Amino acid sequence: MIWIYLLILTALSAAAFLGGRELARRRAVGAHPHSRPGQHGAYALIWVAAPALLVLILLSVFAAPLERQLTAAGTPDVVAELEHFRRDAFFADAHRVGRGEPALQIWERPLAEQLPVEARRMVRIERTLQWGGGAAAILAAILGGLFALTQIKPQTRARNRVEGWIYGALFICSAIAVLTTLGIIASLAFDSFRFFQKVPIFDFLFGAQWSPQIAIRADQVGSTGAFGAVPLFVGTMLIMSIAMCVAAPIGLLSAIYLSEYASRTTRAVIKPLLEILAGVPTVVYGFFAALTVGPILRVFFNEIGLFLMGGPLDGLGQYLALVQNQMALTAGAVMGIMLIPFVSSLSDDILNAVPQSLRDGSFAMGATKSETVKRVLLPAALPGIAGALLLAVSRAIGETMIVTMAAGLAANLTFNPLDTVTTVTVQIVTLLTGDQEFNSAKTLSAFGLGLTLFMVTLVLNIIAHRIVQTYREQYD
Amino acid sequence: MTDATPDHIDGAAAKGRLDRLRAGLKRRHAKETRFKWYGRLAIAAAMIFLAILMVRIVAQGHTAFYTHTVTVPVYMDPARVDRAYPQGSNFEQLAAEQQLKRWGIQDDAAGDASRQMKALFSSELKFVAADLVAKRSDVIGETVPLAVPLSDEADLYLKGEISKETPEDQRRLTDQQLAWLDRMQAEGVVGSHFNTALFTNGDSTQPELAGVLGAVVGSALMLMVTALIAIPLGVGAAVWLEEFAPKNKLTDIIEVNINNLAAVPSIVYGLLGLALFINWMHLPRASPIVGGLVLALMALPTLVIATRSALKAVPPSIREAALAMGASKTQTVFSHVLPLAMPGVMTGAIISMAHALGETAPLLLIGMVSFVPGVPHAIDQPVGALPSLIYIWENASERAFHERTAAAIIVLLVFMIIMNTAAIILRRRFERRW
Repeated sequence: MIWIYLLILTALSAAAFLGGRELARRRAVGAHPHSRPGQHGAYALIWVAAPALLVLILLSVFAAPLERQLTAAGTPDVVAELEHFRRDAFFADAHRVGRGEPALQIWERPLAEQLPVEARRMVRIERTLQWGGGAAAILAAILGGLFALTQIKPQTRARNRVEGWIYGALFICSAIAVLTTLGIIASLAFDSFRFFQKVPIFDFLFGAQWSPQIAIRADQVGSTGAFGAVPLFVGTMLIMSIAMCVAAPIGLLSAIYLSEYASRTTRAVIKPLLEILAGVPTVVYGFFAALTVGPILRVFFNEIGLFLMGGPLDGLGQYLALVQNQMALTAGAVMGIMLIPFVSSLSDDILNAVPQSLRDGSFAMGATKSETVKRVLLPAALPGIAGALLLAVSRAIGETMIVTMAAGLAANLTFNPLDTVTTVTVQIVTLLTGDQEFNSAKTLSAFGLGLTLFMVTLVLNIIAHRIVQTYREQYD
Repeated sequence: MTDATPDHIDGAAAKGRLDRLRAGLKRRHAKETRFKWYGRLAIAAAMIFLAILMVRIVAQGHTAFYTHTVTVPVYMDPARVDRAYPQGSNFEQLAAEQQLKRWGIQDDAAGDASRQMKALFSSELKFVAADLVAKRSDVIGETVPLAVPLSDEADLYLKGEISKETPEDQRRLTDQQLAWLDRMQAEGVVGSHFNTALFTNGDSTQPELAGVLGAVVGSALMLMVTALIAIPLGVGAAVWLEEFAPKNKLTDIIEVNINNLAAVPSIVYGLLGLALFINWMHLPRASPIVGGLVLALMALPTLVIATRSALKAVPPSIREAALAMGASKTQTVFSHVLPLAMPGVMTGAIISMAHALGETAPLLLIGMVSFVPGVPHAIDQPVGALPSLIYIWENASERAFHERTAAAIIVLLVFMIIMNTAAIILRRRFERRW
């Protein structure tokens, strides 16, 4: 449907442009026009397209919630009194019936009679919104076009007005960034708020037990659900620490070598290779972790365990022999590999920003290169490198695919890298990809976790950027 | 005087000091060499990781690019083939029983032998036979050779990935089935060839029929939406910030905002997409339109940053010259600065699209984890995407999906390499050094 409107609007806009240009040409005869005919045409085009697009955008954002409101408002009591999710299912089925598809559930007597009635009413509401919205858009286009036509006079400053519109459009493009942030905060905060109504925020942040399974039926055996996120935070920190233990030294040392020692040709070979490592999608790293690194590490530790069993370290041997693929070490190590090029390229930039005069001074005093690096460059670049490492930490915390594919689901509260742990991101994916029950604490808890994740990474990024910024200004 | 010993210092003390100095110098040089080797080792480690990653993926994935087909003669028994409704006939059973008869093997009462034989053929057999009967009903009553893929496990055996040494209860094929496969191969009815199904089919629950085409098309549709939204918005935002923005608080907020958005974890964009586009706007779940919108929001900050640096590289003299000639600010930017910055802008755009192509986490949250058969063709229908297909296949229990996962990764990496190469070529050919 929206395609037809867009087609009509494109045609109207083209007509406005051509018509405006022609009209401007005719009216300019004998006068001394301020703007060229094409600029008048563009002005007419904007006045046709902009109001209509605004209507269409508003329509696409607000049509669905409005439709829900209207549907809920006129519904008969039998339906309105249903439980929340039963009512949702009923409306979903009514929607299906309205489109001529069979209902998914069998509804009993009073509801069964309401189903076709409600279906017809929903179709009516949907049609009204669609046709009304489309008509409003076309009306807006026509009104805008008529206004523009009255403005086509030789003395109209069409170019300046068009430029004003362009300026506004460019500003809106930039403002989208702010809107995105607001959108993230609003969507996370809204659902998190509902989650914190069911589970107190204190229990969530400081509780030590995480098992989000809630019995769906009252008589079902199972836990009642525990939403203490500390095991997830600890698991995330553990995997992040392992990753940083791999990425920080390797990334930093390779950056130092590349910026201080390597010849031009070495740099020309190594840097693109590191960029390849950086460009590999994380799902590929996840596959690598799950099917290559995990089994290798498991076999390695199992062999050691078998070797130790029966000896003086029998207990340790018994433990190592049963280590699993999904240990924290697997995900951490692979995440570390993923972060190497990130740390390396950021540190490289920072080392390159240290003025050459510092190096020259140190060499003049007879220091070797490594002494220059260790005693002059690194202290000078320390804040920048700290910022780079903080950015890497924030990426490690937010990384999803590697941990989803290679780390486990068991929320163990442990600091042992050979144990299975789970992370915030793994839980978000697990909670939102299975069978979802809308409005349950289980589903909503994902948004609570998301909000925590967003806040932590945001703070880390702000600090890191601030550090890097002040450091850069120091040498600029 | 060859020895550098000043006269006024006692000879022995001077020699001791010199020795200390020399020893110290040696130690310092050794340290220097060691430090250099640390750097080399670090780079070597990174390169080895890259090599292992690539070699492992090619090693796991290359076998998926060929597959085995068996040619079985099937007598289209008029008693058992339904002329009016060929899809309803049990061609698999028919083919299996006839194969056993040809080899003179008696099927047992429970039909165990024929069931085992049937398991060697792909279920594609049914569709190939039914299509043939539907097209040419005169084949009924005749014997026709049908070329059908082997089942996934049989295929793995012929590729040497299932060993006869493995105890029978630890593999899905019985000793008898393996013997039959050997016999088929000895008879020469099994042929190996390039696995076209991998590139012409959509996803399927049967590994031997599963292909990446559906996911490739899904990813392409999604990237199209992303590019249509992100590139104009990103370039617009960069132009405003670099060329028009007044120096004030609002501009500062927007700038800080964009830098921070670039570092927001991608899964948070997935949560945004789920809450905003699916739960609030009721856009269809797992559709390219939702995926494209989410990826566009995610790609926007990097695109803005890349475009801004491309705009920064255009020297101010160009702007000044245009302004001096009487061009307005807008005309300067759109007729002079932006065209000159275009190679840089396009490079940034392609690289951020390549990045969006490989992004997985947000797609999982907007529903692209479910099985979508066939090849999509609309932007408002559920689709699969290449990275989410990799995730789904990696989780599949059939072993044959593992090699196909690696093959799908190879396909994804090839696309990314093509895009990145295009970006590099663009940069090399058109970028101007001022």
